[in-house]
Amino acid sequence: MRGSLFRKNLVTTLLLAPAALWLVVFLVLPFIAIAIFSVGERAPEGGYQAALTFAQYANLPARATAFWNTMVLAPIGALACLLVAYPVAYYLALRAPDRWRLILLALIVIPFWTSLLMRTYAWMYVLGGRGIPALLAYVGIEDLRLINTPGAVLLGIVYGYLPLMILPIYVSLERLDRRLLEASADLGATPLSTFLGVTLRLSLPGVMTGFSLVMILLLGEYLIPTLLGGGKVFFIGNALVDLFLQSRNWPFGSAIAITLVLVSVVVLIVANRISTRLSGARRVDLI
Amino acid sequence: MTAVPDIEFRAVTKRYGAVTAVSGIDLAIPPSAFVALLGPSGCGKTTCLRMIGGFEQPSEGQVLIRGRDMAGTPPYRRPVNMVFQQYALFPHLDVEDNISYGLRQARPRLSSREISQRAGEALSMVQLAGYGRRKIHELSGGQQQRVALARALVNKPAVLLLDEPLAALDKKLRTDMQIELQNLQREIGITFVLVTHDQEEALSMSDFVCVMNGGRIVQLGQPSEIYDEPADLFVADFVGKTNLISGKVAGLSGDLVDVALADGTVIAARKRVPLSRGEAVSVSLRPESLSLSAPGGGSLQGIVRNRIFLGSTAEYAIEVQGIGSLLAKADHVMGQGNLFKPGEPVAIGFAAGAPLAFPHANNNGTNQREDQNAEILS
Repeated sequence: MRGSLFRKNLVTTLLLAPAALWLVVFLVLPFIAIAIFSVGERAPEGGYQAALTFAQYANLPARATAFWNTMVLAPIGALACLLVAYPVAYYLALRAPDRWRLILLALIVIPFWTSLLMRTYAWMYVLGGRGIPALLAYVGIEDLRLINTPGAVLLGIVYGYLPLMILPIYVSLERLDRRLLEASADLGATPLSTFLGVTLRLSLPGVMTGFSLVMILLLGEYLIPTLLGGGKVFFIGNALVDLFLQSRNWPFGSAIAITLVLVSVVVLIVANRISTRLSGARRVDLI
Repeated sequence: MTAVPDIEFRAVTKRYGAVTAVSGIDLAIPPSAFVALLGPSGCGKTTCLRMIGGFEQPSEGQVLIRGRDMAGTPPYRRPVNMVFQQYALFPHLDVEDNISYGLRQARPRLSSREISQRAGEALSMVQLAGYGRRKIHELSGGQQQRVALARALVNKPAVLLLDEPLAALDKKLRTDMQIELQNLQREIGITFVLVTHDQEEALSMSDFVCVMNGGRIVQLGQPSEIYDEPADLFVADFVGKTNLISGKVAGLSGDLVDVALADGTVIAARKRVPLSRGEAVSVSLRPESLSLSAPGGGSLQGIVRNRIFLGSTAEYAIEVQGIGSLLAKADHVMGQGNLFKPGEPVAIGFAAGAPLAFPHANNNGTNQREDQNAEILS
């Protein structure tokens, strides 16, 4: 008995070892390193020099614009994603004919097969001088600037992260017991109150999952603001790249990175709390 | 009947593509009745219920509720409420909020005091006072059933629709709920329309049973009528247990026919539809109408194959040469050693008028019955 229990534990350990090793080497150790860096000083020639100071954290306001842009555009981007994604997920889960559903779902996922970098590059040209503005010039709308604006970044965000928002919402709507909708109608609820009181409520776990997923990815976003926002719309991600690779101020970059992680964790916890509070149903387990 | 029926079907047909689920049904359900729509799965009974609820629209014909044509009226504007199969309670709401859901939809709005008072009354009515703040998943199946009932009845509907309400409960609870539903219906006095495939449930609870098969109403009547005077072979076979014996019409005299069975025995049977001499018929004999006695007397001779002792009664599977296996049910009187043993020869008799002859039809019901007999014998 004891032998078999030991063997069972051994098997479990062996199966989990690769993932654990991976996480330790590529997540835990770098995180510790970054945490140590963040209380250090910049070496005169750049990089890290050992110290114990919170000066880097005190200096955070120097990157206030990046934080501000991220804190404003990430939630707005996630919200915009949500507003576009919900009707799509709703249609897919509750309205689409069965034989179309799989095809439509595939169409949503297929863009993932091409790298986000390529697709964002494509948007650069679509929004750039020879793209939509050039077309609009034909019909007399001149001097319209699309690229390198917050609007372009928002568009890129919604475009890039839409599938991540659609899928969890789709899953929670797809699981929704249709008889609950009939029961609601039977009890006198108009379609609108059925939607608000039953459908939306029960799909909230999916909404919160999608929202926090997109939100967290946006907090660390680098690519889209660089390509579509030019130098103007600076995200924390861009600030990090700049600090580590250009000005080689590793301690300050580390302090910003740690702050970013903490903010992400807080966002996750809050989203989780809200979704469990609002719906008695279990969460959608995607993260 | 002068009163306006609570529910009326006028030549209602429902098609799904090429499939006809309900074909040309006419039905009037009088006020304050407990009506069961009974039939095998796919007979159209649930479709009928859903057309009353407004979840399906008839392809042809009209559905009227208290004399009003319901065409184009959505479910949320119909004066009926439904107890759904598996209840369909809202998992994100507690018991009281589930029950008051319908009251909150009422326009003009009800005061929150009235809502909580009526929800409280509904809870007591189904004996769940004090359970208001429980979560749905904390309740047992029987309690969920009661919440579903309260949630529907609290809205004071003109008609309560019940879709296989007891299917998910165990046998003991089912019997309790049957009695409770009957009491509730009498107390409240509104019409209950129950859909079930369980003939026992239909017979035990309702004032009227509407037997359906293949999208049509086969027979409408009181439970005892359905059981004693089945309209056709399907009803005889589907409602209650019966023995079906094949034979040929050998003679006709008024309401009676002489049927020659496969082993040459001729028995007198009542007929429900015109039959002609030489026609192949099935004779239905209820197990409890058979009486067993020592060999010699009776109409048929057989050998006991199996005995199933049930306490107050005993059931016997009896092999009759040339005819097959017959099921007989005999009352057991305590202390009286009147049980036959497997292997024992017996004579089978029956009261005059007990056998019913129907035109022979190779329908599914007959096969089903044979399966059941085979099951008993195995």
